[in-house]
Amino acid sequence: MKIYIAPVKFSNKTLLNDVLLHLKQKSEYHTEEIFLDIKISGLYSHERKQYYSTGFIEQAIKLTEKYEGKVLILTEVDLYVPVLTFLFGEAQLGGKHSLVSVCRLHEEFYSGQGNYNMLLERTLKEIYHELGHNFGLRHCNDWDCVMHSSNGIEEVDIKGNYFCNSCLKNLI
Amino acid sequence: MKKFKILVVDDERIVRESLFHWFEEEGYDVETAEDALIALKKFDVGKYDLALLDMKMPGMSGLELLAKIKEIDSDCIVILITAFASVPSAIQALKQGAYDYVTKPVDPDELNHLVKNALDQKVLKEENYRLKSSYDEMIIPDNLVGESEEMKKIFELISTVAPTDTTVMIRGESGTGKELVAKAIHLNSKRKYFPIVTVNCGALAETLLESELFGHEKGSFTGAHHRRKGKFEMANGGTIFLDEIGSISTKMQIELLRVIETKKFNRVGGNDVISSDFRVIAATNERLEDMVKEGKFREDLFYRLNVFTLVIPPLRERKKDIPVLANYFLNKFCTAMNKGIKGISEEAMNFLSEYSWYGNVRELENAIERAVVVGKGSQIQISDLPFGNTPTETVKSQNLSLSDIEREYIEKTLLKNDWNISRSAEILGIDRVTLYNKIGKYGLKKS
Repeated sequence: MKIYIAPVKFSNKTLLNDVLLHLKQKSEYHTEEIFLDIKISGLYSHERKQYYSTGFIEQAIKLTEKYEGKVLILTEVDLYVPVLTFLFGEAQLGGKHSLVSVCRLHEEFYSGQGNYNMLLERTLKEIYHELGHNFGLRHCNDWDCVMHSSNGIEEVDIKGNYFCNSCLKNLI
Repeated sequence: MKKFKILVVDDERIVRESLFHWFEEEGYDVETAEDALIALKKFDVGKYDLALLDMKMPGMSGLELLAKIKEIDSDCIVILITAFASVPSAIQALKQGAYDYVTKPVDPDELNHLVKNALDQKVLKEENYRLKSSYDEMIIPDNLVGESEEMKKIFELISTVAPTDTTVMIRGESGTGKELVAKAIHLNSKRKYFPIVTVNCGALAETLLESELFGHEKGSFTGAHHRRKGKFEMANGGTIFLDEIGSISTKMQIELLRVIETKKFNRVGGNDVISSDFRVIAATNERLEDMVKEGKFREDLFYRLNVFTLVIPPLRERKKDIPVLANYFLNKFCTAMNKGIKGISEEAMNFLSEYSWYGNVRELENAIERAVVVGKGSQIQISDLPFGNTPTETVKSQNLSLSDIEREYIEKTLLKNDWNISRSAEILGIDRVTLYNKIGKYGLKKS
């Protein structure tokens, strides 16, 4: 199984490299960066100043038929679906594609003070979380598990940074 | 656990689909309907715990559908989704039996809490009976392992204190598993459906502490672009675990005492008084009684926290647990790293059992993790262990105090790692700030 990380509108090379390095070291799956030509201008809502999340996944499905494995899009833009104010990410449950936005994972967004380690930790948590959905996991009740739902940044920080034993068993 | 059934009724495909995925990931059994007639057909054949209805739909409106659903199943919870303009109709809906309404777009946190709270109300009666009947079944976190008499006593104390709301003070050397014991208490309390929020008091810089603990309002200081909840607010309904309580400054001790006593506080820059219902569990590896005598720890806070004390013995005093723990960690890391190591050789196990484990369970866990990484055969051998073939270390004197042992262990870890602070902190299982504090406290210097 391979994990493909596709940066789309993502300029933070340091973060991308650290994410790839971490996934290569920690995960038993082969991790690789790929380029996906996703046209995001059509996904932008001028009214909300955000990008339509599901549109990324819809385009990625068409562009990744040749890839065997899981494809995770990493972006810096702020995401929405019409009924919700924002999303940290989206994934196909038991599917191939997922998406993580780091826009609201930046500490600057909340306190005005940057914290790179915090950003990296939050990003990895959300990546594991969305990939967990791709591997068929639903939300977990254990706050120490990365699959616990997080609807706010406080919950991203509180939850664990990896899968609990129970989720890990289901994942494998 | 019961899987709740949710029906989403909305004529917009995008809304239906996003709510479908959203609730599916939450673990609910979700169905959708694009109009009221299809929804009613579904109600003819199925039962739903909760229905989410769009207010404006072609044909029958959400309000009319609400009335029909209530006729078919009065127990079904109905939540309406509405645009801002139709709020008056939503209020009308509340009068007709809807549980609540949300305006589009809705904050994910708000939607999640609303649905969870609504379903919690349904489940409370069933849960009440279930809890009474399963009172004796204790939940213990995976990592809290032990078969020794000392650990049996700890489990007994956890089961005694957990169902109460009593403040608990957990004492024990670094690495003995104080946080796991706190989690066990939380998991066996009536607060288990709410989070246990950990505050590492030793790691908090004084300047950020207030905002971290109490939260802040948007615009309360430069760069505070959004409102943020603090740890005490996040622990509402659950437990706050104050780790390394002996490390907090005198100023923060006053603040903490006030909040623990009143359960009320203000967010930084906010006027509203926030109430939070939390249970307090504190932990320390320091002798707080001495700190009180020396004037370093407030006596009133000490007595407020030291209501029920639980002392976790160091690993060297419960050697019977070492093989059990070692095998537990072996299985854990083999699963995580997908390795096929089946056991620990007799020689290696004897070595582990005789070692002094100044760093307690955490040190044993690190040792087994390292052994699984380097281990090649079907069994962990003595050469796979991080100590190599060095002679077994023993406690030099049974009269060592807790701080002596801590100082010695920290010094040894620093020396082993050439005073690399990050690496040493990782091995010790504490953050860098805490390690710097400990270095200062014990006057340790790089030779």
